[in-house]
Amino acid sequence: MSTSTMFTPTEPGTTFSSRIGGLARARETGILLALLLVIAVTTIKNPAFLFSSDGFRDLLLTPSILVVVAIGEAMVIITRNVDLSVGSILGLSAYLTGRLFIDFPGIPILVVFAIGIIFGALLGLINGALVAFARVPSLVITLGTLYIYRGINLAWTGSDRIDPSEMPAAFLRLGTQTILGIPVLTLIAAAVLIVGAWYMKNTRGGREFYAIGSDPSAADLYGLKVTQRVLAAFLVSGAAAGLAGVLYAARYGTVNAQAGLGLELEAVGAAVIGGVAIFGGSGTLWGAAFGAVLLFTINRALPVLGIPDFWQRAVVGVLIIGAIVLDRILALRQSRKLIEARDQDHG
Amino acid sequence: MASAPAEGTPTLELRDVSKAFGQVIALRTGSLTLYSGSIHALVGENGAGKSTLVKIIAGLYHRDSGTFELEGQPVEFKSTAESKAAGIAVIYQEPTLFPDLTVTENIFMGRQPVGRLGRIDRKVMRQEVRDLMARLGVKIDPDRPAEGLSIADQQIIEIAKAISLDAKVLIMDEPTAALSGVEVERLFAVARSLRDEDRALLFISHRFDEVFELCDTITVMRDGAYISTDATADTSVPEIVRRMVGRDVNELFPKQKAKIGEPLLVVENLNMPGVFHDISFTVRSGEIVGLAGLVGAGRSEVVRAVFGVDPYETGTVTVDGKAVPPASPSTAMRMGLALVPEDRRKQGLVIDSTVGRNITTAIRRLLARFGLITTGMENESAQVWASRLEVKTRALDAVAGTLSGGNQQKVVLGKWLATKPRVLIIDEPTRGIDVGTKAEVHRMMSELAGQGLGILMISSELPEVLGMADRVLVMREGRITADLDREAANSESVMFAATHAAEESYA
Repeated sequence: MSTSTMFTPTEPGTTFSSRIGGLARARETGILLALLLVIAVTTIKNPAFLFSSDGFRDLLLTPSILVVVAIGEAMVIITRNVDLSVGSILGLSAYLTGRLFIDFPGIPILVVFAIGIIFGALLGLINGALVAFARVPSLVITLGTLYIYRGINLAWTGSDRIDPSEMPAAFLRLGTQTILGIPVLTLIAAAVLIVGAWYMKNTRGGREFYAIGSDPSAADLYGLKVTQRVLAAFLVSGAAAGLAGVLYAARYGTVNAQAGLGLELEAVGAAVIGGVAIFGGSGTLWGAAFGAVLLFTINRALPVLGIPDFWQRAVVGVLIIGAIVLDRILALRQSRKLIEARDQDHG
Repeated sequence: MASAPAEGTPTLELRDVSKAFGQVIALRTGSLTLYSGSIHALVGENGAGKSTLVKIIAGLYHRDSGTFELEGQPVEFKSTAESKAAGIAVIYQEPTLFPDLTVTENIFMGRQPVGRLGRIDRKVMRQEVRDLMARLGVKIDPDRPAEGLSIADQQIIEIAKAISLDAKVLIMDEPTAALSGVEVERLFAVARSLRDEDRALLFISHRFDEVFELCDTITVMRDGAYISTDATADTSVPEIVRRMVGRDVNELFPKQKAKIGEPLLVVENLNMPGVFHDISFTVRSGEIVGLAGLVGAGRSEVVRAVFGVDPYETGTVTVDGKAVPPASPSTAMRMGLALVPEDRRKQGLVIDSTVGRNITTAIRRLLARFGLITTGMENESAQVWASRLEVKTRALDAVAGTLSGGNQQKVVLGKWLATKPRVLIIDEPTRGIDVGTKAEVHRMMSELAGQGLGILMISSELPEVLGMADRVLVMREGRITADLDREAANSESVMFAATHAAEESYA
């Protein structure tokens, strides 16, 4: 048989894989560059954006909550599903956080964190069970739970509101505190990101998420535990949203029934902007996190740049569509390259 | 290793296995005995129960009755994972890989070697893949994604997976259907080396030359039942065919003489860079022109361009001397072209719709009164075609998806014939239908040609092309490499043109 001269057996795949890998890396690098560009341009226009004492902190602090949610969302999307209920889960978890401090005075902060995470995980488990066992598209299931969870929130909260005065000062300080200039919330988000990204890249479970999203029927033929993995993805997404709810309470101090409203779309948007394929199988948590940061940074930069309020949402839309078009072009280019390589192989 | 090593405990043995799906009995008495160090062929017509048998072995289906033993031990597989764990690997005709993941990951998915903290050891994986590829004598980059790999390479990856699992039994379900000559040779070399490693191989194929070249034992199945098992050396192709069909097959392809008249479809210098080049041919009235070539030679692409589904860059298409504009299937239809596509379920049929509605889709506009169509009007018009084509369905209200492959093909054919075309283009007219229906489809095509239609038929089945076509065009890599008359066309000349560039002449 004819073989290619490109892949020599002594250095398998160095040229080829680095080229393909380079493309994949370019996706996250591209988002990072776009982010730096936005920061640079805005800072030139108004140096306070970055160099004021609050500027740098806010730059890192504002997107942290969305980063946590987007990481969970990205894991779900990678399995070729979507979780639209994350905003509602965040809302419930944020109100629960407030209630815990009010109803159990002196409750340790760490316990509240644990309860918030477990509570979110349970709600995620409900999503996952409906999707994995009933084999109903997750778009419909989580659209349903989006309304159900929000409805429960409205019934529970009513016109009540958690005020900063009702929560311990140590907890609220977490929301603004910095360590070596980096906000605690950002450190938490970064920790979640590093653990999550490591898991997705280096463990069987993580790789099976990709496999399931890449071709669900092949995953069945391989004998992968598809049901279990999909369940896990939704559980993690719920847990991340639960954690984000606790962080939300710490950051804003005020929680009403509107907390996290519409956040699910921002989470999906962040993942897509960051290069997570909406049909699953590719993308990284790093990309989703960068996407979240870019989304919020642009939102903060536009007023500084003097762009009217009502254009800001349009810009987010352009960003999402731009990201999808870019992905499509990259995918086409890659598949053309792979087919060309094959033609050379057999030519 | 030429004769069947029929001694010792069989590696895998199935006896009188049956399987029914509701009322439909897919398998009555499936029996199969595989020995290590042997390549065993399983042959039979479509619907003979081969695939069902394979799926039972693979753990996808569970048998209703009968015994299933692996190395003398009875086994019950409830999932593909269990059969895999027991050492059975199945390589399907179209391998199912994860396109986004690398070759290495595809081979190890679900059973990656892990180190501390469950971290996957990529180094070990890559090294093993390199060893596997070296052992199979192929060069596939372990780090490239599976997307874009040829079917042949995908099968190699499936085989590599099977070897790394140390599978005792390897089942290949029509692996050569989509391969070129060189690729088939490579696959056979791999299969032989696996046999010499004392594994048991099962090879399912419709190509007798391959079966007789590769296998030492042949099992024949018919209508879901076991018929016979012979050592290859003790039998012959006609004998096997007779057992498969249950009757002698002389006149499978009865093309009747038809008066060949004026040119109807004239294609000149059609070009689409990267897809096909310099395509010129003529189809006359009363003529069946066969378009032969290997899968992937660009045949379907050409007819899709002629019909206007796909664009082309330069060249002309005329019907009856009038130019057909590019990229407009509806104009092509109005001018008398009809295209029966290859993938009926996806492109030719509205699976969830009724037979009557399917037949009349192409002529809706003619039927409509004041822009409205009633089911009654549809069925009235469809009835004519359904009865003429002998579609075996109780009512035109039956949903198309529930029909057999042969009847689906007839419905698609009926739909296009209802447009009263001058030229009928059929892509793989008999793929996936049984021998009986095949003959009916051939008889119909022959009749249509007799009525003065021009027919352009794409077919990968050489006997069909040679039997039906008045003229055979052969394509290779996007070019027409031969235009052979009925007399000049035989399996050697067509296969030669399909595998060699036009400049080289057939010696």
